[in-house]
Amino acid sequence: MSFSPELHHWLILSTILFSIGIYGVLTRRNAVGVLMSVELLLNSAAMNFLIFNHYASKPFIDGAIMALFIIAVAAAEAVIAMALFVAIFRSRKTVDVTQINTLKG
Amino acid sequence: MNELANSFAFNNAWLIPALPFFSFLVVGLFIRPVSDKLAGIVATLSVATAAFLSIWLAFDYFSAFPAGAEHPGLISWSFEWLRYEEHLAVNVGVLVDSLSILLMVVVTFVSSLVHLYSIGYMKGEDGYGRYFTYLNLFTFSMLGLVVAPNILQTYVFWELVGVSSFLLIGFYYTKPSAVSASKKAFIVTRFADLFFLIGVLLIAVVGYNAMSMFGAPGSLPDNVSAFDFSYLTSSGVSIMMNNLGLLTPAMILIFIGAAGKSALFPLHIWLPDAMEGPTPVSALIHAATMVVAGVYLVARLFMPFAASGTALLVAGYVGAFTCLFAAVIACTQDDIKRVLAYSTLSQIGYMIFALGVASATETLGYTASLFHLFTHAFFKALLFLGAGAVIHAVHTNNIWNMGGLAKKMPITNITFLIATLAISGVWPFAGFFSKDEIIASAFGTHHYVIFAVGLLVAGITAFYMFRIYIVTFLGKARSEAVNKAHEAPMTMTIPLIILAALSAVAGFVHFGDFVSVGAESGHAEGGFPIWIPALLSGLSGIAIAWFIYAGNSERSKALTERLGAIYRVIYAKFYIDEIYLFVTHKIIFRFISAPIAWFDKRIVDGGVDLTGWMTRRGGAVFSRLQTGQAQTYTTWMVNGVIAVAVLIWIFVS
Repeated sequence: MSFSPELHHWLILSTILFSIGIYGVLTRRNAVGVLMSVELLLNSAAMNFLIFNHYASKPFIDGAIMALFIIAVAAAEAVIAMALFVAIFRSRKTVDVTQINTLKG
Repeated sequence: MNELANSFAFNNAWLIPALPFFSFLVVGLFIRPVSDKLAGIVATLSVATAAFLSIWLAFDYFSAFPAGAEHPGLISWSFEWLRYEEHLAVNVGVLVDSLSILLMVVVTFVSSLVHLYSIGYMKGEDGYGRYFTYLNLFTFSMLGLVVAPNILQTYVFWELVGVSSFLLIGFYYTKPSAVSASKKAFIVTRFADLFFLIGVLLIAVVGYNAMSMFGAPGSLPDNVSAFDFSYLTSSGVSIMMNNLGLLTPAMILIFIGAAGKSALFPLHIWLPDAMEGPTPVSALIHAATMVVAGVYLVARLFMPFAASGTALLVAGYVGAFTCLFAAVIACTQDDIKRVLAYSTLSQIGYMIFALGVASATETLGYTASLFHLFTHAFFKALLFLGAGAVIHAVHTNNIWNMGGLAKKMPITNITFLIATLAISGVWPFAGFFSKDEIIASAFGTHHYVIFAVGLLVAGITAFYMFRIYIVTFLGKARSEAVNKAHEAPMTMTIPLIILAALSAVAGFVHFGDFVSVGAESGHAEGGFPIWIPALLSGLSGIAIAWFIYAGNSERSKALTERLGAIYRVIYAKFYIDEIYLFVTHKIIFRFISAPIAWFDKRIVDGGVDLTGWMTRRGGAVFSRLQTGQAQTYTTWMVNGVIAVAVLIWIFVS
């Protein structure tokens, strides 16, 4: 008996991925960890595009194109974020996001 | 066009108040910091020029409208200041009629003599230039008041007079008693002015209503306003206003204002204290000008007062009571200026009750009152200036530290004696004629109580005036200072001599031919010569004073002891000041002001403070939300998104 995943299984997978991403964004203290969690968020979103493309608009590939966009944007974002982290580390000797609180009221 | 169109003095009558005003500005701003001496000279010259112009104006006016003829009120110059509606505008200007001319002449004349006198009196004092600046301001205010053609201008200058007298009374502002005296004068007169203002508004409303119902009398110009005296005092208008009601309360309110400035009982308390100012100021303000402003106001509004009747009667009895009350106090005071202050109160009482007994048909009292205002200005100013010369010489106000000054200060002695005789009503000095006319008017209009008061006070006046004359100038010197005393300088004696000459002869003017009200100058004759009892009353007062005070002081001491408690009550001025203190401190402060202050501090201020406190606390609480931690913000954002999603799920599905 072979298991064939349905739409909702895919959606549960992407939701789990998304939740792990949110959890990581909110709790990681290392800025690189936060960035990795953001990548998870982006990938779960990209995954959703592919899932709905597959199940809802089969002959077209709009969703796949959006997923490619997301991957490109994520790459750019990772580059900029890493550059920022290097700059912050140079001035503050840390990339712990809880220490970066100069906007405190 | 009128009969005076070619008169320089009439066409330029605005200069009379304007000269002291310009001098006030120039002396106050430019000359005072540079030269004291020049300040005095410029101030004096400006007022003297105004005096010259007023006398010229009087001459021209009474040439155009000779004695006995009708004396119309003419507007020399005016401009529209405020316009509320048609017939409800304030036209600031200069009104020329016999009453304003009388006051202009008296004010500028006495004021210029006081200026001249002050040059000598204030020599070497600190604030010499400031003194002349204030004096100019005061003269300007008073002149603006007497030339006002409408009641609102009167009110404006009325307040200016209050301010400038405040400045002058508090001239020695380092002296606590002078400071409190000036505050007292200002607050008491200001309190009365509040009623005056309400009265002004009320009479304007009544006058405006009368005008919209019946129209203005045809004799008045088209643009006449309900504030104008020419409208308010037209005899028909006054009667119409009375028929509309509210005239009596309006006039009583205005009379309260007049009573405040004229220091009538029970608002008299500020005048004796006002003697803290320099003595020439007392002569100017508290003899000839400010305190007669009330008399002037009642005279100016005589027609509405007469139409109301009740208001005039109130004035009459208040005047008569003040007249007697102040005269009794004057008999016991030891401070020469205070005696004169109370005598001023008493004489103002005469003027007011003379107006009070007059009516639209029996107008002798009106003439008599202004006649007395005229003569009183001269002899009372002379008394104050004489007292000033004495104080200047012996450096004390207490008459019991003087005595025997007649030899040391011959000119002061003679002039003071003339003034004393004049105020005592001895023929042929000025007071005799005017006082006689007042007493006759009370008798002629059958106000016998007031008549009796007038007659009695004539005697008391002579008594207390001779009391201070005898104690000050006759007998033996009672202090070292007297031996060192010497006659005042020329600038001080010249005004004394001029005023003495006028006090001696001013009574011979046929005053009623110049200043009267209504169509006919009613002469209420008593049937027998009133001057006989009036003169006898005065002479007996002199005789009693002579008996008690001439020679040794045993008799006065014995008398004081005999009177005991009565003397003490009178000496304490019937405890009126204490009653005022009790009422203000124990009743008004405690039961009205304190709760209001509490309400203001706790509720009003507290409300404002609470708003501020809440904002600050709220800021502190909300600023904690801004942690600077991007993750906290993200948490909130995620929560928000979840909440929105939940809401959409609830409401959409």
